[in-house]
Amino acid sequence: MEFVLALLFAPLLAGIIRRTKARVAGRKGPPLLQAYLDLRKLASRASVYSSTTTWVFRLGPLITLSAVLVALALTPAGSMAALISFRGDFLLIVYLLAAARFATALAALDTGSAFEGMGASREMAFGVLAELALLLSLASLVGVTHAESLSGIAQNLGVATWESSAGPLGLVAAAFFGILLIENARIPFDDPTTHLELTMIHEVMVLDHSGPELAVIELASMLKYWLFAGLLVTLVLPVHTGVAGVDLLAHGVGIMVVGLVTGLVESMMARLSLLRVPQMLLAIVLLALLSMVLNPAGGILY
Amino acid sequence: MNPIVVAAVSLLALINFRLLGGSRLVPIIHGAALQGALLALVGIALRELDTAETALAVGTFLVKGFVLPTLLLRALRQVEIRREIEPLVGYNVSLLVGAAALAIAAMLGGRIAEITTTHEPLMITISLFTMSTGLFLIVARRKAVTQALGYLIFENGIYGLGIAVASGEPLLVEAGILLDLFVAVFVMGIIIFHIQHDFSHIDIDRLVVPDEVPETVREGDPS
Repeated sequence: MEFVLALLFAPLLAGIIRRTKARVAGRKGPPLLQAYLDLRKLASRASVYSSTTTWVFRLGPLITLSAVLVALALTPAGSMAALISFRGDFLLIVYLLAAARFATALAALDTGSAFEGMGASREMAFGVLAELALLLSLASLVGVTHAESLSGIAQNLGVATWESSAGPLGLVAAAFFGILLIENARIPFDDPTTHLELTMIHEVMVLDHSGPELAVIELASMLKYWLFAGLLVTLVLPVHTGVAGVDLLAHGVGIMVVGLVTGLVESMMARLSLLRVPQMLLAIVLLALLSMVLNPAGGILY
Repeated sequence: MNPIVVAAVSLLALINFRLLGGSRLVPIIHGAALQGALLALVGIALRELDTAETALAVGTFLVKGFVLPTLLLRALRQVEIRREIEPLVGYNVSLLVGAAALAIAAMLGGRIAEITTTHEPLMITISLFTMSTGLFLIVARRKAVTQALGYLIFENGIYGLGIAVASGEPLLVEAGILLDLFVAVFVMGIIIFHIQHDFSHIDIDRLVVPDEVPETVREGDPS
């Protein structure tokens, strides 16, 4: 279900973030459905390729999108199981996201542009820590819920789990929100709307893409945002009424609220200086690690 | 699993990370103070205490939460330093060391909890972690104030261990330690002031040559 929901509504979520930021800043903001129109416009245009690029550059966006799509197929939507689910699939999702990152970075390096190379190097450097944080958070969830797949984790999470181990779960939720911000290049880690290439991390890597490929990249990043928001909502808002429609509605509304909160955070915070980013990332890793240590069931460390 | 313990342990661990990763001294002193006060409160909350023990716990709360930090802040004002510049081990590396220390403390804590009669294995873990944080700060920082703070944090860890493992009697031991610590910080405050007065620097590497020594002697050989 998450798969269908994401494909349908991910651009809407992007619209919500933009609208929130505009409203807080006192502007009217673009219409909520603007992101759909942007995607259509980009898709109808022709691509322009620099003469220094090779097939790597053209393949990059496609690999990124496919990896994110597969990752979405592994993601449960609240109490609804994912399309695909098997033992240890939470490890695969980390690797799929790493593959997406790798493909984007490779395509960026292929352009031979200094800016893009710089962006790729930063993305990979920060990605290492973000990946570690994600892996530790998921491992901690596995320890708390005694489930071995993402869908199993989502099934076992509930009000009772929150009552018995609020500490570890709260820490994981905080870590998830941090990972959501860094993985999707949001303020305070990265500014998605900046015009200064020198300060960019993620956006600078897609400067040379155009037309349908840019649409693919935009879509992939919207889906990726949806994926992380979905994980966060599954954790924080475990609505298990038994009625699929209600659960799904709660899940969807929860994700939109995450978008709203992201917009508010972006409006209120300034970007961190690049030197501070690794420190913040380390703090997120430590949150996840601490939640593993706190795990009452003994968890993995003992 | 006692929810008070979980909340306290999370907070204590986060404070430890703050202490490891921060460069400004005033927030670090505040962090250590908060940690001490929190531990005293956990001690009160966890067990039924008689009058004497309660008095001790309240005393700990006041001394660690207010008296010692005030003394340290005073010392800080007198020597006019605000942050630890050029620590021996960088802040990000310190955080990583902290992560490793936490993992090791978790493993050791689990083992120790098995052979003692404690109900709170997490308290043991977090106390070990706090102790290693204190020791690490003593080793990895240059300023004398930070090292005194490390001592204070180390003592917080010991107190936590006392809460976790012992019941009743060792609180008396704790009173003794607390007194020692009080004296230590008090003396530290005075000494730092005098060092500042005489050496114009409190980086421990530079405490070799006093200010009054004439320039020629300072440059030449000691004989």
